Amino acid sequence: MASILDKRLVLVTGKGGVGKTTVAAALGLAAARRGKRVVVCEVAGRDRMAELVPELTTVSVDPEQAKQEWLRYQLKSRTLAGVLGGSRLFQYLTAAAPGLSELVTMGKVWDLAQLERRTGSDVFDLAIVDAPSTGHALAMLRSPSTFAAVARVGPVGRHAATIDRSLRDPAHTGVLTVALPEEMPVNETVEFERALGRELDMAVDAIVVNAVHPARFRSPEVDRLRNVSGGSAVTQAALAAALSEHKRARAEHGQVRRLRRAATAPVATLPRVFEPELGVDELERLSVELERRL
Amino acid sequence: MIGDWLERKEVCICAGSGGVGKTTTSAAIALGMAARGKKVVVLTIDPAKRLANSLGLPELGNEERLVKADVKGELWAMMLDPKRTFDEIVEWHAPDERTRDAILSNRIYQELSNAVAGSQEYMAMEKLHELHQEGRYDLLVLDTPPTRNALDFIDAPKKLAAFIDSRALQLFAAPGLAGLKVLGRGSGMVFSVLKRATGIDLLEDMSAFFASFATMTEGFRERAERVNALLADSRSAFVLVTSPRADAVEEAGWFHHRLLDAGLPFAGVVANRVRPAAPKGDPAEELRRLLGDEALARKVIRTFEEERRLAAQDRRNLADLKKRLGRKPMIEVPHLDDDVHDLPGLRRMDEYLFG
Repeated sequence: MASILDKRLVLVTGKGGVGKTTVAAALGLAAARRGKRVVVCEVAGRDRMAELVPELTTVSVDPEQAKQEWLRYQLKSRTLAGVLGGSRLFQYLTAAAPGLSELVTMGKVWDLAQLERRTGSDVFDLAIVDAPSTGHALAMLRSPSTFAAVARVGPVGRHAATIDRSLRDPAHTGVLTVALPEEMPVNETVEFERALGRELDMAVDAIVVNAVHPARFRSPEVDRLRNVSGGSAVTQAALAAALSEHKRARAEHGQVRRLRRAATAPVATLPRVFEPELGVDELERLSVELERRL
Repeated sequence: MIGDWLERKEVCICAGSGGVGKTTTSAAIALGMAARGKKVVVLTIDPAKRLANSLGLPELGNEERLVKADVKGELWAMMLDPKRTFDEIVEWHAPDERTRDAILSNRIYQELSNAVAGSQEYMAMEKLHELHQEGRYDLLVLDTPPTRNALDFIDAPKKLAAFIDSRALQLFAAPGLAGLKVLGRGSGMVFSVLKRATGIDLLEDMSAFFASFATMTEGFRERAERVNALLADSRSAFVLVTSPRADAVEEAGWFHHRLLDAGLPFAGVVANRVRPAAPKGDPAEELRRLLGDEALARKVIRTFEEERRLAAQDRRNLADLKKRLGRKPMIEVPHLDDDVHDLPGLRRMDEYLFG
């Protein structure tokens, strides 16, 4: 944790529905407790962070707006940027330009992590990104190097190459993958780590397995629960719930072990929160756990 | 139940937000229909091998593979390679070899066909359409790509059609850059600014790409329209997959609304991982007596209370969704103790899906 919070940019990714947003928010809270100036960013039109952690600075990156900001910075002129941004021809070209929205999104996120800002004045020690799920996250991370290769000369190429260098610099950028203790999320996590190394020569810094059921019952206790006979319907239901919980916890711990064997990055676990909705207190508690375990 | 939804249907599109069991549900539906005598193919675009995993295959490719499942019909599976599909379409539509090679070797095209999120969704639809045309299967089941915006893939064919009809493409369709003149004053300015912002190299590649692509617009437009028509056809069915979690339910409700708006054939909702409603009453005393162990009884009670609270929340969330669905059906699949990731697991889902 010491290391990941000391980076300038941390991308939080993982399979859909594993709790990336929660982990990104918890990480933001942990950074703030350490006195870091932290900004938590969302991408792809999501807007949940401000509500989740009102005490933190949050940004929802809109590719269209990021494109305009980037133009203003590149052209050093509001008027020229206006001419271009307002041009239908330009709209057509950029709407069709492959991966441009990934690039400007990445560029915006990168800029938030710079001590010398290009498109804003607030300076942060750490930018945490609630990134898209693994496949899209890979495309997003790849976009600067793609553009650097396509636009070999000119400002786009130079800017993209600068971003690409920062992303590949482990002192600057960290990647945290969130998983669930289940078969498919574990597989996807392992595959993402391999793809990141293979395609971008980058490493995953940490893996967080979210919502792990506690191992509450010891084997002799389980035997006793199994051997209870009789009881009312509700008692039977309670016993069944306990046994099913135990079975699930065991399967989950098996998955965590499998992930630890298969992954290169260190694996930390977060306990399952038994609240229907995640409130301020639960998030704070998760954040403390996260800081302790990573 | 789902058998009724899909009777006389030839295409089943499973949609929903990430992590709700979409891939597993697609596979279980395909397996179930194959077990009932149909020749079914299930398609995924997911590179994470989830579908292959749950069907017990080491991997899947761009060609259909027969799944070794003991069924009355046949179950086939394939993983779409969007890049390969895109190439095939270009090869098909290019007016001559020179144009084909110019496009396939254009760097902009290579990146477009490889990396762009939207093109993947479109290619999934393309392949679906192609397989449907070939008519080798009774039913096609599509596991839609995991997008944050579940509608991206529905809009994909329209977006491509709009792009093809866009002036940018038509302008480039004219020989050289002559077409740009029709834009009149201002376009020169745009290009000079663009040059400054991007570097000429990029612009030239883009012009070359648009110019070659423009020669194929007719074929592409026709296809995009046919894909759109297939989605809206009464032989297609959209199945929304959700979990009882608040965010997933909210997205499913919104998605349902959009499907109706777009006039697409919505069949129903599959809600996965639903916790069973627990019987009423307080088991504390009886548990203490039966177990004769205060600490153990307390742990059981705590576990039960947690489950009960979550189950109650599940019920509330799903009740909200049901209200929004009106008369459309919802199938609930209970939270199974083991997570489903193989053929026996898929068979266990069968009894809930098919009733």
